[in-house]
Order: sequence, then C-alpha cells, then structure tokens
Amino acid sequence: MIAAISALLVAAAAAGAHEEKAGGLPQLNPADFAPQLAWLAVTFVLLYLVLSRVTLPRIGEVLEERRDRVQRDLDAAERFKGETDAALAAYEKALSDARQKASSMAKEVRDRLSADTESERSKIEGELATKLADAETRIAATKNKALASVDEIAAETASAVVGKLLGEEVSPAEVKKAIQPAAE
Amino acid sequence: MQQFEIKRLIPIELFGYDVSFTNASLFMVIALAIIPLFYLIAMNRRALVPGRLQSTAELSYEFIANMVRDIVGEKGMKYFPWIFTIFMFILVLNLLGLLPYSFTVTSHIIVTFALAAMVWLIITAIGFMNHGVGFLKLFVPDGVPWWLLPIIVVIELISYLIRPISHSVRLFANMMAGHAMLKVFAGFVIGLGVLGGWAPLVFLVGFTGLELVVAFLQAFIFTVLTCIYLNDAVNMHHH
Repeated sequence: MIAAISALLVAAAAAGAHEEKAGGLPQLNPADFAPQLAWLAVTFVLLYLVLSRVTLPRIGEVLEERRDRVQRDLDAAERFKGETDAALAAYEKALSDARQKASSMAKEVRDRLSADTESERSKIEGELATKLADAETRIAATKNKALASVDEIAAETASAVVGKLLGEEVSPAEVKKAIQPAAE
Repeated sequence: MQQFEIKRLIPIELFGYDVSFTNASLFMVIALAIIPLFYLIAMNRRALVPGRLQSTAELSYEFIANMVRDIVGEKGMKYFPWIFTIFMFILVLNLLGLLPYSFTVTSHIIVTFALAAMVWLIITAIGFMNHGVGFLKLFVPDGVPWWLLPIIVVIELISYLIRPISHSVRLFANMMAGHAMLKVFAGFVIGLGVLGGWAPLVFLVGFTGLELVVAFLQAFIFTVLTCIYLNDAVNMHHH
C-alpha cells in the first residue's frame, strides 16, 4: 500500500517536474506539498490556540457583560414598573377606602341625627302626653270639685231657702241627704 | 501561472523533509499575525458601547457563533473556536491573495485539501466519540425501502468519503479561477496599451469587487459545510 502510494507520488513528482517545464499548474507539483503542509499545520494550530485561548474568550466576555447589563437594566425597569403598579393600586385602594369611609360616616351622622330627632320628638310627644294627661286630670279634679261644690252650694242654698221658707233651721247635712236622690 | 508558483524564501530541511519557508508560508504567517492583532486592537477598549472596529470584531464573532448555533445547536458551541479559526484563516488568506504581488495560499489544492481532510477526520472522530458504532447509522437513512438499502448505503458511504474532495476543490477552484482571470485581464490591459487597455481595466475593477465577494463567500461556504458535517456527527440528523 505504502509502496504503491510512494510510487504514485514519485510518478506524480516526475510528471510535475516535467509539466513545470511545459508550463503546467504549479499547484500540482508534489515537491511543493511538504513545505506547505508543514507550515499550514504550524500556522493553523498556532492560530487556533491564540484564538481559542485569548481572543475569543475576550470577545465572549465583553458580549456576555453587555448582555448581562442589558438584562439587568431590563430587570430594573420591570421592577420599577411593578413598584409603580403597586403604588397605583395602593392609591386606588386608599381612594376607595376613603370614599367608603366618608359615605359610612355620612350615613352614621345621618342616622344619629335622625335618631336624635326621633328621640327628641318622642320625648316631646311624651312630655306633651303627660302634660295633656295632667291637664285632663286637673280638669277632671276641678270638674269634680266644682260638681262637689255645686252639691254643697245647692245644699246650702236649699237649706237657706228651706230655712227662710219654714223659718226653721235645717242642717245642710239633712238637706244634702234630702236632695241626694235628686242629684243622682 | 507564475503567480501560483511556490518560491522557497528560506530553504529548511527537517528530518529529511523539505519544510522550506516559502511565499505560501509567508502569507500563512501574515494571516497568523494579523488575525489576533486585529482582534487585539479592536477589543482593546472593551467598550460597553462598541466603536466601529470593535463592532466589526463582535460582528464576526456573532456571525460564526450564530452559524454554529443555527446549524449544529448549543451542543456545537464546544467546537466554535475551531470553526471560527477555519473561517478567519480562509477568509484572511483569500483576501490577502487579492493584494497585488501577493500570494493566494488557498489557491493551492494541497492546502485546501489538507484543511478539508482535517475537517473530515476531526468530524468523523467526533461522530464516533459521540455515538460509537451507532455513528455508522448515518449511512442508513430512515424511511428507505429495505431492498434499496444496499444501494443507498453504498451511495451514502461514497458521498461521505468524497466530502473532503468536494469540500476542498470548491475553494481551490474558485480562488484559482478568480486569480487566473484577474491575471489574464491584467495581461490584456498591458497588451492593448493606452488606447485599448481601458476596457479590460474597467472590467478588472469590477471583477476585483466580485473577487472580494467570492473571497468572503468561499470562506463562508467552507465554514457552513463544516458546520453541516459537524451537525451530522453531533446530532446524527438524517437528511
């Protein structure tokens, strides 16, 4: 196998050398292969080492840093937005609370006032009722007294009249007893 | 074809092998020097808000990182430095070749073939390391009728074995053809003289622009193909 390949290479080299004189392609001259391959291997490996060890990590770092920074800023913006939303919600809540409180206070005051009025009215009504009752009893008493007085007066008058007419002193009690059935 | 000729600048012989420092070696060393140097200067300030140079450096990083991530996935990021090295090395060698009097390393089949062979060997090793003997299932696609399998397996195997050749010849042929074309038309400019030389000169200017695109595109294609092959080895996705 190796012998075959080397034979091929030698033949190609011979052909290449021959062609060079005839103005053939310089790319096909096997004599030039070894130095190119050697230097290609060396330069490529070195370039790979420098790029993978030094250059690319540096660029990667910068890109990473920028991505992190942008992400951080976005996060901060998100946080601020959340805070704003929370503050807004708190404000809305406070507003509705205040509104509710105000309405409940108003209701309370209204209720209290109406209760006051109610009690005042009932008190006054009660007072009026007692006054009325007082007046009624007073009137009744007066009436009774007056009625009693009427009897008395009638009896006195009657006894006086009887006394005058009969010339005989009649006690009011007797008269009273006498006129009692009439009075009733 | 003198522009493709290898010239031994410093003849060196090591263990009986010719490892002379040639013009090709010179441009490989230039690429080896300017790539890290560019990134050293570009990333010097490590600014949070990048300047123009730093943007370019970061763009190249993200470009290849996204390519690996898109094609191979997060598991492929382990090989990102290797893919990045392949891309930058080929890109810079292609672009250096466009400078007058320079030498295009990638216009030599032996260099592109060595790169493609390295890619092929490493990816095959990765495939066997990740999947063991199961990696051979790569040659047995899903959903193929059993009686077709013998043919399909042979075709898959040949297409796998031929990868380094198609991979390397594409880059080599593009670089060589482009540069040969530039040379031919440059010859016309001289040949037609002050009177007639303007037409090929104008063509040459346009074609140089095209060659810039090709230099980038071929480095890109070589890298994309490497990623696709790597995807086979890492994820074993059947096509």
